[in-house]
Amino acid sequence: MQLDLLVLISLLYVGMLFLVAFAAERRARAGKTAWLRSPLIYTLSLSVYCTGWTFYGAVGFAARSGLEYVTIYLGPTLVFIGWWWLLRKLVRIGRTQRATSIADLLSSRYGKSNGLGILVTILAVIGTTPYIALQLQSISLAVAVFNDGGTGGASGNTTAFWTAIGLAVFTVVFGTRNLDVNERHHGVVMAIAVEAVVKLFALLAVGVFVVWGMAGGIGPMLQQIDASPISAWKVEGGRWIVLTALSGMAIICLPRMFQVLVVENSDERHLATASWAFPLYLMLISLFVIPIAVVGLSSMPSGANPDQFVLTLPLSEGQNTLAVLAFLGGFSAATSMVIVASIALSTMLSNHVVMPIWLSLQAGGASVSGDVRRVVLYSRRLAIAAVLALGYGYYVLSGGSAALAKIGLISFAGVAQVFPALIGGLFWRGATRRGAAAGLVGGFLVWAYALFLPSFGPDAVFSASMLAEGPFGLSFMRPEALFGLTGLDPLVHAMLWSMVVNTGLFMAVSLATFPSPMERLQGAEFVNVFEHSSAPRIWSGGAAEAEDLLVMAQRILGPEEATELFTKTARHQGKIGYLPDPTPEFLSELEINLSGSVGAGTAHAMIAQVHGGVSVSVADLMAVADETAQIMEYSTQLEAKSDELQATAQELWRANEKLTQLSIQKDAFLSQISHELRTPMTSIRAFSEILLAGELEPEARSKYARIIQDESIRLTRLLDDLLDLSVLEHGQVVLDPQEERLGDVLDRAQAAASAAGSGMQLSINRDSKNENLVVRTDTGRLAQVFINLISNAAKYCDHANPELSIKTRSLREKIQIDFVDNGSGIPEDSHSVIFEKFARLDDDKAANSTGGAGLGLAISREIMERLGGSISYLPDRQGGAFRVTMPLESVFETA
Amino acid sequence: MPKSVLLIEDEPNIIEAIGFILSRAGYQVISHGDGTTALDAVTRETPDMLILDLMLPGRGGLDILRDLRSASATKDLPVMMLTARGQKHDRDQAEHLGVTAFMTKPFANQEVLQQVQTLIGDA
Repeated sequence: MQLDLLVLISLLYVGMLFLVAFAAERRARAGKTAWLRSPLIYTLSLSVYCTGWTFYGAVGFAARSGLEYVTIYLGPTLVFIGWWWLLRKLVRIGRTQRATSIADLLSSRYGKSNGLGILVTILAVIGTTPYIALQLQSISLAVAVFNDGGTGGASGNTTAFWTAIGLAVFTVVFGTRNLDVNERHHGVVMAIAVEAVVKLFALLAVGVFVVWGMAGGIGPMLQQIDASPISAWKVEGGRWIVLTALSGMAIICLPRMFQVLVVENSDERHLATASWAFPLYLMLISLFVIPIAVVGLSSMPSGANPDQFVLTLPLSEGQNTLAVLAFLGGFSAATSMVIVASIALSTMLSNHVVMPIWLSLQAGGASVSGDVRRVVLYSRRLAIAAVLALGYGYYVLSGGSAALAKIGLISFAGVAQVFPALIGGLFWRGATRRGAAAGLVGGFLVWAYALFLPSFGPDAVFSASMLAEGPFGLSFMRPEALFGLTGLDPLVHAMLWSMVVNTGLFMAVSLATFPSPMERLQGAEFVNVFEHSSAPRIWSGGAAEAEDLLVMAQRILGPEEATELFTKTARHQGKIGYLPDPTPEFLSELEINLSGSVGAGTAHAMIAQVHGGVSVSVADLMAVADETAQIMEYSTQLEAKSDELQATAQELWRANEKLTQLSIQKDAFLSQISHELRTPMTSIRAFSEILLAGELEPEARSKYARIIQDESIRLTRLLDDLLDLSVLEHGQVVLDPQEERLGDVLDRAQAAASAAGSGMQLSINRDSKNENLVVRTDTGRLAQVFINLISNAAKYCDHANPELSIKTRSLREKIQIDFVDNGSGIPEDSHSVIFEKFARLDDDKAANSTGGAGLGLAISREIMERLGGSISYLPDRQGGAFRVTMPLESVFETA
Repeated sequence: MPKSVLLIEDEPNIIEAIGFILSRAGYQVISHGDGTTALDAVTRETPDMLILDLMLPGRGGLDILRDLRSASATKDLPVMMLTARGQKHDRDQAEHLGVTAFMTKPFANQEVLQQVQTLIGDA
């Protein structure tokens, strides 16, 4: 068989896959997804579980260990049949949470912690890389079989290299063609479905040939099986259970399985079909494993690699076409695994590692959504290339060794470390982020120490002595016999310990830590997903799409503009009416139109929502968030402006209120002044007219003349007081500070008061020894206050023998001078107004005397404020009592 | 018998002046200086007319007028109000309450006399 021909056939096959994927993408873009998204395609896509290792290795496995290979199929079968409710929960959660990968799902469950996302991503990369290397190995070994029947070697590396390149190209083209809002890849899924059919068909064809072509029918075949050493293999119970459990966990936890099972799922109900159809597929693909192994062992020369029986049996019988078909089957199995795994890993890497880093580098400026999409696309492409480079690198470094053959189960065991956190997250609300992280790290470390690193063989990573005696001679730390647990198969041993450590840490730390509010929320969402979410939705594009798009566009563009756009496009398409077909051209035009109003990311997400009918990807959400942030920023500014305006209005209102109040006060004041001025003027005019009329007794004449004189003086004093108060109130007063003995000031005031109120009956008691203080203040003004208080006492004290006591007390920096008379004091209800203008109390005695117009205390209060002191009424004394408080050295402004 | 005028006013000089003017014209003038007891004084003195100051200690002139107008004995009693406040608002209110005459201080003596004569006739 010519190698060139094989390469040509492979290339043709790959070309065919490209075409299939391309056609599927086209149909999807045209909105015809009904067939692409059928339960059958879904079930076939699940067959990425059966990789190149399963395709070739199962026979080898059977040849070496008998029926044990069945566990690899038994685990998934049990999960799909017995645990399909768990898968349904997983799918429902995945869809409602818009999970893009298993890392995303876990990070989402545990409070949207990206740290956990990164952790799972790293574990997935470590667990998957050897597996990708394994696929490359299977292809290069297969090529080598055709080439020389020998082993890989240098030409194996070449094959692996070009295979890796080809797979990278295919995955980049169909895996990151566009940022699909649903993280769905119609082309890829379709190609994988085709590959699923090819690999099953190829294995069945080889099987049929072996049974009927070589063994001579079912009867002889069964006899041959009974006679073969395979049937004599004893199945070890512990290993059997562990392997079954392991493959069951793997089908849930493997990144590629999550991709096809959850992310690419378009309808939850497909799972019902898959729950019986996928086990059937597994049964069919494993049907002829034993016959091929038995016939291979008996008819091939001893030493032939049983892993290659699928190829070498047809070749040895000269069935080249069958051999090529088998090759294509193995090729399909290997490539489908690599493609889906690299898509899954690249999604994780880009969403949990690259994007957070890129976004944090962009700190500050709100990024343009287009940038985000582009960065996501490029980071996905780079991640795919990196994943394949890692796989290839691993393949080259491991030298295609026998260790690689074991890597399948080891890889399963690594990925299975996600299982406790995943299941705990789905069913236990008490599971916390810290618990999940502790379990993952602990389990993974045990796995690496007890299984992964020793698998490279003695003296590769761990020295032989360390494997035998433990590090530093600590025997309980022997990697393959931890804590003295010897006599177990290394895989069983590692699984046992890693799961014990993983689950133990997960539960213990979860119980010991408190979940954050976000974790609680997500925990409830996950655990009770069927209560929270509505019945399964059907995610398929419908005929009513254009109508929905129009309704949406009208809201954003306005009814007229939207209808015009739709009508115009419909006319272009040659359709009658206003509803065009939702072609890709039209959708992108609509997207551009919408993005003018709501931003590109939002527009994309909205159209996807109507067109695809489903969720929105992380990147789109980030873009939407960007735009929303900008709108929020803008509305915050508007809000601030509006608040400002409201505050201004409030201030204006207050100012107006104050003005109104002032106006009322002014009216009251004017009315008071009018009264105070008109009253003496009335007397003056009336008596002037009486005097002018003549015919008066001389005594009467002089009495009336005196009244006129008194009332004129009262008027003058009133005007003086008004002016004085005005000056004091408006701060235009110029103070004249002087140093003077307090006693002297009081003496002057007493003399002045006596002079004004001639015939004053008031007797004044003072304690002159306390008055021997020097004050530095405007003593003229101070005297004015004292005069006012003494005159008030003289006027208003209603005692038969009126007395006023003036007592001075000095307190540190201040002095207090109390003026207390022996009268009945001021009624309580007037206390609050006595210092107001014109608060002269209605009092017969006051009315009988001339002088005070009710401004005296108002003026005194103003003066004391200017002098840095105060004046107050003491309500709890026997008579009228005022207290003047002032600093020894007054502080006042110098004008 | 001379006609009597009850003067309710708290300013002694004005009592003196009006008392002088009216008694010289032959009227009997009685004065009362407190708002709270003004109604009692009206009941006691049964004057022919009332001269009522607007601002009084204890009770304002407008309140007194309102009470006078609501009592049957005094609802037709001629009342002349005097005010030194000089605000239109006071006059409006007094007229609304049924004042007979309204005069602002300071006044011409002759005017007061004429008003009294108009309201109750010559003494």
